[in-house]
Amino acid sequence: MRGLLLALLALFALTQPLAAQDMLPPAPYAYKQLADPRQEAKAQALMETLRCLKCQSQSIADSDAPMAGDMRHQVRTRIAAGEDPEAIRQWLIERYGDYVSYTPQVKPITWPLFAAPLLFLALAAFLLRGRFRRSKGA
Amino acid sequence: MSEASAPTSKRPGLAVWLPLGLFAGFLALVFVGLYWPADREVSSAFIGKPLPAFDLPPATDERPGLATKVFEQGGKPRLLNVFASWCVPCAVESPQLAVLAKQGVEIDGVAIRDRKEDVARFLGQYGNPFARIGKDDLSQVQLAIGSSGVPETFVVDGKGIIRYQHIGDIRPEDVPLILRKLAEAAGGGE
Repeated sequence: MRGLLLALLALFALTQPLAAQDMLPPAPYAYKQLADPRQEAKAQALMETLRCLKCQSQSIADSDAPMAGDMRHQVRTRIAAGEDPEAIRQWLIERYGDYVSYTPQVKPITWPLFAAPLLFLALAAFLLRGRFRRSKGA
Repeated sequence: MSEASAPTSKRPGLAVWLPLGLFAGFLALVFVGLYWPADREVSSAFIGKPLPAFDLPPATDERPGLATKVFEQGGKPRLLNVFASWCVPCAVESPQLAVLAKQGVEIDGVAIRDRKEDVARFLGQYGNPFARIGKDDLSQVQLAIGSSGVPETFVVDGKGIIRYQHIGDIRPEDVPLILRKLAEAAGGGE
């Protein structure tokens, strides 16, 4: 019985997980911060607002997917080269659409998003105005 | 408030149904989301645009590397296949790539985050339909063309313009579509 169990265990030890992940080490700047803390802060702020395309509910700052690592490498090396974070965001949007950015872009389709708070404020002001007037009259 | 409550006191019937109506609407939304889930594929926004400039070293000793200029020589439309030896669907689509290659379609590959020995093993096992294979260790070309995974296949016309993107493995039933897109790209029309 014990021998059988051991044999079974040995079988499990022999199995390998299906290789669905690459064998390369992560990109140089996937997990390494930039030497300049100000540049790193810029990169970090940008990476937190970019969507990982593999694990679509995570930012590339949060994801351990190799592709997110490559995207972080791309962001950090470009920032180190002096590129503006918004230019990098635009570069990615040109390739993947607005979906890649968690920060909504101001364009006709997103106007309601930015207009809604103003509309609600105006509505609130309008309603309150009625109340104040009434209480003054009373 | 007195004006608002006046109509409800007159006709209570309608207001009573409002929460149920809202709930039914919510339920309908849930079912729409369940049965018609949003498309999670991220298609490239780079279709219709020229391939960005790149020059990749060879991913295998059997084939040369891959540079943008290959696509700009004014020849036939070519396929740009983004793959990796570690990607299971890439192995699944290899017979379809072989069929396309046999029909005279020129296919160039970009191997994503791959080691030379793994690429060689993959090609040995599943065949090598590629004219050139570039080694993209940092997914730079993948990001530059708006590809978000492996495998993906791009139809690139003779001027180096990306004409079509196929996301995921090419299944046997997709082969005619790919051939049609290649013919459209050769025609130069939309």
